[in-house]
Amino acid sequence: MKHKNLMSLPFTLWAIIFIVLPLCLIVWYGITLEIPVEYTQITLEDGSTAYKLEDGTVQTQEPWQKKAVISFSNFKRMVEPTYLKLLIRSLRVALLTTLICLLLGYPVALILTGKDFKHPSLWMMLIILPMWMNFLLRTYSWMSILENSGILNSWIASLREAIPAFDKFLSDRGVGNKIIFLYNENAVILGMVYNYLSFMIMPIYTVIEKIDRSLLEAAADLGASPSKSFLRVTLPYSLPGVLEGVTMVFVPAVTTFVISQLMGGGKVPLIGDVIQNQFGKSSDWHFGASLSLLVMVVVLAFMRGLHSIDKEEEVQKEVRIF
Amino acid sequence: MKKLRKVYIALIMVFLYAPIVLLVLYSFNDSKSRAKWGGFTLRWYQELFSDKVIISSLGTTLSIGLLAAVISTILGTFGAIVLYQMKRGPRNMMLNVVNLPMLNSEVVTGVSLMLLFALAKLQMGYMTLLLSHISFCVPYVVLSVMPKLRQLEPNLAEAAQDLGATPVQGFFKVILPDIMPGVVSGFLMALTMSIDDFVVSFFTTGSGVSNLSITIYTMAKRGISPKINALSTLIFGGVLILMLILNLKDMKNPDGAKKIEKVKIPY
Repeated sequence: MKHKNLMSLPFTLWAIIFIVLPLCLIVWYGITLEIPVEYTQITLEDGSTAYKLEDGTVQTQEPWQKKAVISFSNFKRMVEPTYLKLLIRSLRVALLTTLICLLLGYPVALILTGKDFKHPSLWMMLIILPMWMNFLLRTYSWMSILENSGILNSWIASLREAIPAFDKFLSDRGVGNKIIFLYNENAVILGMVYNYLSFMIMPIYTVIEKIDRSLLEAAADLGASPSKSFLRVTLPYSLPGVLEGVTMVFVPAVTTFVISQLMGGGKVPLIGDVIQNQFGKSSDWHFGASLSLLVMVVVLAFMRGLHSIDKEEEVQKEVRIF
Repeated sequence: MKKLRKVYIALIMVFLYAPIVLLVLYSFNDSKSRAKWGGFTLRWYQELFSDKVIISSLGTTLSIGLLAAVISTILGTFGAIVLYQMKRGPRNMMLNVVNLPMLNSEVVTGVSLMLLFALAKLQMGYMTLLLSHISFCVPYVVLSVMPKLRQLEPNLAEAAQDLGATPVQGFFKVILPDIMPGVVSGFLMALTMSIDDFVVSFFTTGSGVSNLSITIYTMAKRGISPKINALSTLIFGGVLILMLILNLKDMKNPDGAKKIEKVKIPY
C-alpha cells in the first residue's frame, strides 16, 4: 500500500502544478489589482531624503514597488457597456454557430449512416481530413474567396455580364458592383461554422452508427413511418452525440480570437480578442484574468445546462417502461 | 429523395474543400498576388527549402510535437495506471482534475500556463512551449489509456509476479502489451493536438521561438507567402495518401480487426 502512494506522488504533483495551480493563479489575478505601495518621505540624519514604506523598510530611491490588493473593480469594469456588448456578441455568435453546425451537421451524420453510401468510414475520413491543414491557412483562404476583389465577386461580376436579367435584378435591389462579404459578424460566423462543422458531425456520426439496426426494423414492423421511427428511435438515441458535438463547437466558438480577427478584420471583436489584448498590448493581466474567469464560468454553466437535459431524458426513458 | 441526399453531401464537401483546393492552386501560381493566375510554377516548392523562417518553424513544430507526444504518453500512461489503482473516491476526484483542461477553452489554458511560467520566472521560449504542450496533451493520453486498463484482467499483474516476474518485468511483458492500442492512440492524439495547436502556443512562447501556426499568424497580417501554401499542400497530400491507404486496407478485410481478438483463457 505504501509504495502505491509513493507511485501516485509524481503524477499528483504534476496535476497540481500544471492544472490546479494555473487555474488558482487565474482566480488570484482575477480578484486582485496591483497598486503602488504607500510611503512617506523622510529626512535621514545626514540630511538626505529617503522613503519609508508601509512595512517599515527604508530606501533611498523613490518606491517603484507594487502590491496586490483584493478588489472586485475588474468585475465592475466587465459590466460597462463596452464589455457587456462584447460579451453578448460573443455569446450570440457562438450560439448561432453551434445552431448552424447542428442543422448542417446532423443530416450529414444521418445520411452517411444510411444506406445511400457504401463506405461511410471513407466519407467520414474525408470530413475529418481538412482539419489536417492548418486552420489559419484555411480561414485565410476563405478571405481570398470573399474579399472585395475576390473570387466570389469576380464570378458574380461575370455572371452579371453574361445574364443582363440577373444584373438588372441585382441593380434594382441596390446591390453595387462589389458585394461586401467580409469584415462583419456574418463573415465571422461563416468562418467558425467552417472550422467547427467537423467537430459536430464526428460525435453524432459515432453515436448514430452504434444504434442497433434491429431497433429501426422493429419500429418499422410495428407500423412506424420512417419519420416516426426517426423521432422515436434515432433522435433520442443520438442525443448524447448531439450534446457532445454542441460542447465541442460552443466552447472554442465562445473564446476564439483568431477567426474574428481574420474574418472580422478587427471590426467584430469578441471576448477572446479582449483577453488576448490584455495579455499583449494592453498588458493588464488582472483584467485579462478576470475575463478568463468569466469565460470559464460561462462554459461551465453551459455544460451544466446541457447535462441537465441529458439527465431529464434518462428519467423520462425510465418512466416509459412502466 | 436519394438524389437529394447525395447532392446535400456533395454540397457539404464543396464547402469543406473549396478553400483547400484554392490553397493548393495558389501553391502552383506564378504570381505573388492572390487575385490573378500567373501561370503554373513549381518555384514555391523549390524556394520553400531555402526559407530559413519556414524551415525553422517546421522544425519547431515537429520537434515540439514529437517530444511532447513521447513525454505526455509516458506521463499519461503512468498517470492512468496510478489512477486505476486508486480507491474510487480519490480516483474520481483526480479524474475530474485531469479532465479540467479539456473542458476549459484553449484561451483559459494558455493564459493560466502563461501566469504559471511568469510566477516561476521562466523565460518564455522553447522550454515553456514544450511544457505547455505536454500539459495539454497528458489528459488525452490518460483518457485513451483508461478504458484499456478497465478491460484488463484484474489478476494479470499478480499472476505474472507469482510466476516470478519482478513488478517492472510484469509491467513491460504483461500489462503494457495489453494496453498498447490505447497508448498508441493516445500518442497519435497528442501528436495531432500539438502540431495543430495555435492558441496555447501563442500565450506560452517567446524569444523568437515560433512554430508553424505562429509563423502563419504573423504572416496573415502582411500576406501569406505562397511558400507556406506549398508546404501545407505537401503535408496535406502526405496525410491524404496515408489515410487512403489505411482506409482501403480496412475496406478489403472489414473484419480483420475482429480476427485478432484474444481468446480468453478459462480459469
